[in-house]
Amino acid sequence: MKRRAMVLMKVLAAALLTLWFSNVITTPNTAHAQGAIGQPAGDPTGATTGTAADVPVKDAKNPTLTEVMETVGHNRIAINFVWTLLAGFLVMFMQAGFAMVETGFTRAKNAAHTMSMNFMIYPIGMLGYWICGYALQMGGVGAISVLGGTAPLNSEFTLSLFGHTFGLFGQKGFFLSGNTYDVGVFALFLFQMVFMDTAGTIPTGAMAERWKWSAFIVFGFFMSMVVYPLFGNWVWGGGWLATLGKEFGLGHGHVDFAGSSVVHLVGGMAALAGAIVIGPRLGKYSKTGESIAIPGHDIPMALAGTFILAFGWFGFNPGSTLAGGDLRIAVVATNTMLAGTGGAVFAMFYVWWRLGKPDPSMLANGMLAGLVAITAPCAFVNSVSAMIIGVVAGFLVVESVLFFDRVAKIDDPVGAISVHGVNGAWGVLSLGLLADGAYGDGWNGVSGTVKGLFYGDASQFAAQCVGTLTCVVFVFVSFYVFFKVVDALIGNRVSAAVELEGLDIPEMGALAYPDFVLGPGTPMGSGSAIVSSASPAPASLKPVRGDAI
Amino acid sequence: MKLVKCIVRPDAVPDATSALERLGVSGITVSDVRGRGKRTRPIGDFRGVKYERFLSMSMLEVIAPDDLIDDIVRAVIDHTRTGEFGDGRVLVIPVEEAYSIRTRQCGAA
Repeated sequence: MKRRAMVLMKVLAAALLTLWFSNVITTPNTAHAQGAIGQPAGDPTGATTGTAADVPVKDAKNPTLTEVMETVGHNRIAINFVWTLLAGFLVMFMQAGFAMVETGFTRAKNAAHTMSMNFMIYPIGMLGYWICGYALQMGGVGAISVLGGTAPLNSEFTLSLFGHTFGLFGQKGFFLSGNTYDVGVFALFLFQMVFMDTAGTIPTGAMAERWKWSAFIVFGFFMSMVVYPLFGNWVWGGGWLATLGKEFGLGHGHVDFAGSSVVHLVGGMAALAGAIVIGPRLGKYSKTGESIAIPGHDIPMALAGTFILAFGWFGFNPGSTLAGGDLRIAVVATNTMLAGTGGAVFAMFYVWWRLGKPDPSMLANGMLAGLVAITAPCAFVNSVSAMIIGVVAGFLVVESVLFFDRVAKIDDPVGAISVHGVNGAWGVLSLGLLADGAYGDGWNGVSGTVKGLFYGDASQFAAQCVGTLTCVVFVFVSFYVFFKVVDALIGNRVSAAVELEGLDIPEMGALAYPDFVLGPGTPMGSGSAIVSSASPAPASLKPVRGDAI
Repeated sequence: MKLVKCIVRPDAVPDATSALERLGVSGITVSDVRGRGKRTRPIGDFRGVKYERFLSMSMLEVIAPDDLIDDIVRAVIDHTRTGEFGDGRVLVIPVEEAYSIRTRQCGAA
C-alpha cells in the first residue's frame, strides 16, 4: 500500500511539473501573435476578443454607417432578448420554490399530492396559456420596442362607452400560430407564461390537503385560459386599466411593474375564494371554533423553497423591464432584495414579540410578503421606500395570517391569502403613494414620470385604487362562482375518509414517504372532532354496551 | 395492574388521549407503528408494479389499576371507532411490576 502511494505521488508530481513547464515555455510565444510553430493564439485576458473585425461588413476596409448601425441595433435587441429569456428561466424555477414551501408547510400524508399539484400546474397552465390565454392577454399589446417590435400582436377587442375606449381582451396569438410565429412574440410568451403559472400555483397552497385532483385540473385551465389573461390584458396588454391615464387622466393608469396585482393579488383572491368554498381541513377548528395548529411536516424544505423564490424574484422584477439595456434593472433588483429584507426582519421581531418566538414559518412568509409587495413598485421607488414597503408587508402578513386563522376562520395551510392577496394589494397601493418620479416617462402612453401621492400626483393613487378594487372584485367573484359550479358538478373536496387517510394514496396512488411511519400530524390533546365526521359522536364516557364492549 | 395497548388510527389519537385524560390517566406512551389487519391489506403501486404496503397506525400504551381497565377500554373504543375496516385493536396485558425511575416507587401511578 505504502509503495503504491509513493508511486502515485511521483506520477502526480511529474504531471504537474510537465504542465507548469509547458505553460512557462509557451506563454510568451502565444500571448500576442501566432506562435512560432503556427499554433493559433489564445487570449487569456479577453482584451482582444470581440473587435471591429467581428462586425459583419461587405468590405472590411470601407464599412458603411448603415452596416455598423445594423449590428448595434441587433446587439441592443439581443441583449434584451437574452435578459428577458434568462429572467423568464429564473421565474420558471420559482415553481420549485412554491412546491417546496407549500409541501413543507403541510402534512407528510399529503406530500405527494401537494407536490404534484405544484408540479402539474406548470404544464397544465402552459397548455391553456398556449391555446388561448396568451392571445387574450397580449394579443393587442402592439409593438414592444425593447423586444424589437412584436408587431403581429395588434388586435385588441375594445368597447366604446361614454366617449371612452375600454380594451377588454386581445385577439392575436392563439396557439402562437399564423404571423405570431415571431421571435419577439415567442420571447414575450415565455416570460408572460411563467408569470401566469406563478399566479396559478398560489391557490394550491390555500386549498392544499383537501382538494380533489380532478377539480384542481379544471381550475388550472380556468386560471390560465380565462381569468388571469383577462386581468393581465387590462393591466399589461393595453386594456382599460392601463388606459385609465390616457382616457380619464388618472396618473399613468393602473401601474403594476411586475405583478403585485396581476400575479399575486389574482392568485391571492383565487386562493381566498377557493379556501372559502372548499372549507377548512378536518380538525382545523374545534367544536367551539377554536383554531387548532396543524404543523407542517418539513420546515427546512419550506425555508429552502423560500430561498429559491427569493432567488427567482431577481428574474421576476428586474426581468420585467424586458430590457437588459435598461440599467434601471440595478435599482429594481436592489429594491427587490431590500423589501424582502424589510419583510423578513420586521416579521421576525414582530412575531417574536407578538407570539413569543421567531416562528420559522413566519420568517419565510415575512420575506415573501416583502417580495410580493415590492413587485409592483420596484422600478418606481427609492431604497428607503422599498424598505418601508417591506416593513409594512412584514407587519401585514403576521396580522393577516392571524386574522384569517382566528377571526375569519378561513383555513389557509400555507398563508397564501395573506402573503399574496393582502400584500399584493398593499404593493400596488404603495406604488400610488411612494413612486418618486424618477422613472416611467411615457408609461402607458402618458408623458412624464410616475409619481405617487406623496410626490404630488394624487390621481396616480386613485388609479391604483381602481386597479386594486377591480382585481379584488373581478377575480374573487369569478373564482367564487367557478368553485361553486365545480362543487355542483364534480366536487372540490375529497371525502372525509380520504382526507383522514391522507390524499397521497387515494388521489395519487403513491405515497411521498413509503418507507416511513406517518404520525397523527395533529398535536395531542386538542380534543378536536376529527373522527366524529365518520362516526356518531360518543354520547358519554360510560356508553351502553354494544356487541362486545 | 394492567398494560393497555391501543393500536388506533393516527387521526384518532387526540380524541383518545383526551378521553383517557378525563379518566385520570395522564401517563401515556405513543408510538408510530405500521401494520395490517385481517381486512386491510393495502396494495401500493410504484410505476405500475404492485407491492404490499402497511398502514400507518399509532399505538397508545397506558398502565392502570385493574378497576380502571374496563373504563379505559370503552373510552378508547368509543372515541376511536369509525366502524370501517382498519379501526385497530385494543390489548389488555397483565403487568407484574411497574417502577417509576425518578421516585423508585412501584405501582401503576
